Amino acid sequence: MPIIRAEGLTKTYRVADKQPGLRGTLRHFFARRSREVPAVKDVSFSIEAGEIVGFLGPNGAGKTTTLKMLSGLIHPTAGTVEVAGHVPYRRQGNFLRSISLVMGQKQQLIWDLPPLDSLRVNAAVYGLDDARAKRRITELAEMLELGDELSRPVRKLSLGERMKAELLAALLHRPSVLFLDEPTLGLDVNAQARVRDFLADINRRTGTTVLLTSHYMGDITALCPRVLLIHQGHLFHDGPLDELTERLAPCREVRLELKDPAPAEAFAGYGAVESCQGHQVRLLIPRDRLTAAVARLLADFAVVDLEVSEPPVEELIGRLFRQGVVA
Amino acid sequence: MAKVVAKSLATFRRYQRTLARFWATSLTAELEYQANFLIELLSVGGNLAGSVFLLSLFFGHGRSLGGWSWNQALVVLGVYTLLDGLTSTVLQPNLSTIVTHVRTGTLDFVLLKPIDSQFWLSARTFSPWGLPGVVMGLGLMAVAAVRAGARPGPEALLQVAVLLIASAVILYSLWFVLAATSIWFVKVWNATEVLRSALVAGRYPVAAYPAGLRTFFTLVLPVAFLTTVPAEAILGTGSSQWLLASVVVAVVSLALSRWFWGFALRFYTSASS
Repeated sequence: MPIIRAEGLTKTYRVADKQPGLRGTLRHFFARRSREVPAVKDVSFSIEAGEIVGFLGPNGAGKTTTLKMLSGLIHPTAGTVEVAGHVPYRRQGNFLRSISLVMGQKQQLIWDLPPLDSLRVNAAVYGLDDARAKRRITELAEMLELGDELSRPVRKLSLGERMKAELLAALLHRPSVLFLDEPTLGLDVNAQARVRDFLADINRRTGTTVLLTSHYMGDITALCPRVLLIHQGHLFHDGPLDELTERLAPCREVRLELKDPAPAEAFAGYGAVESCQGHQVRLLIPRDRLTAAVARLLADFAVVDLEVSEPPVEELIGRLFRQGVVA
Repeated sequence: MAKVVAKSLATFRRYQRTLARFWATSLTAELEYQANFLIELLSVGGNLAGSVFLLSLFFGHGRSLGGWSWNQALVVLGVYTLLDGLTSTVLQPNLSTIVTHVRTGTLDFVLLKPIDSQFWLSARTFSPWGLPGVVMGLGLMAVAAVRAGARPGPEALLQVAVLLIASAVILYSLWFVLAATSIWFVKVWNATEVLRSALVAGRYPVAAYPAGLRTFFTLVLPVAFLTTVPAEAILGTGSSQWLLASVVVAVVSLALSRWFWGFALRFYTSASS
């Protein structure tokens, strides 16, 4: 019995059709026109309890909209959705007690007060008695490596500490499904890793089902054995991550800083030259040839600095769709 | 049956505990700014002195205002000051946050809590700075009533209490409906300010206004129910019809505000996408 089931999930927004400028504004004021913008089109999938699933896609792909339909914040235009045995948008008490939502750009903690105060409010709202709330806070704080940060005003916490406190607040009532929308947004590499470790840990210990969106490939590779890729509202990939990375990132990006400038043609034999401006060179090299190519580059040129990275997911997906590989 | 009772009792306790936490946390947050207390005290005192002075101008040479004596009119002013204090304590801080919630999308967090969202939005904060107004209002009501020769018995006092609660409920409902329109119009600060200014009319007995305005303040914007009707009850000049009417208006407007909130939420699709 899957814990999340979506069938033919569709959401269409009505947006105001307004021309720019004063004239457009006036015209709009007197004769409102709107058009329908499809955000999510006919998306179906199901997720078993205890899974960690990554939701991937460029900005505006429909990830957040889908997450909002799953958590009951918006009604689907068409299709059915069921989470933890409930229809989300009815927002019944038992449903709300079994889910939680964390959003990277929004916070629920009270800005002027220490997180502990917000946690006490949440404990009361979820009907947890003091002893139980205290036990859970201690347990989660330990997992998150939070100490006296919990008694400092939220406004004085770093972004990473704040996100950890947000996670604590979201998990206090032990939800069985946790939705995360860009939980690592803006965090430094260390804090990102902490958040990921924690999510893996909580999933392992309590069997919480985790569904997260991110456009950091790192989050997805570290956490999600299964990935849903959504683009322009359509679900294009549902399956193991390996398959997707194979399709998405067959190449690594290599950035070189050279001691002496070299022409672009000089690098043609190593990989695809993306850009070459004097000392700075960017190459795309297939993964299976990466180590050999890097070794040769280091031997053949006077390299000041060398950096290997995966191209950003947006870029990869964009390239992929231009090539039409997935479609 | 017993199960249902036990369940509602547990729910009631949960709301009670939540409210206590709400107010304790907001009090902690507010008390960081002690200077506010002094400022608010001065502002309420100044406003009250101004209104009393203005009122005194109408009463030179033993004149009366629409059949109200000087002390009787002061009772109305007392009720108004009390309501204004309540507004600053609970209504204003909570209902102005609705706009912020809509604009920044944090309304999502409220909607995902297993608690009534209207309750959360209406009771989340408590600002102690309105309390001087409440105290001054009660004081003025009592002093003016005694000087006007009113000696209300326990039954009359109960009526007064009911009427004051009804006024508070009417005011709350009006304000909440207006604040809830932020779901469509996002910026409604101005609208709530207009409401607050219109309610200033409640500083004086409704009888003091020309017939047209009187009808408006009774039927359209129920200012009459807010201050004049409770004041009449205090002075013993009220009637049971008005008591009933007040309670009915209060219940209807509260029900209306709940219906309207449900209606508004159906349009809510949150700010980010």
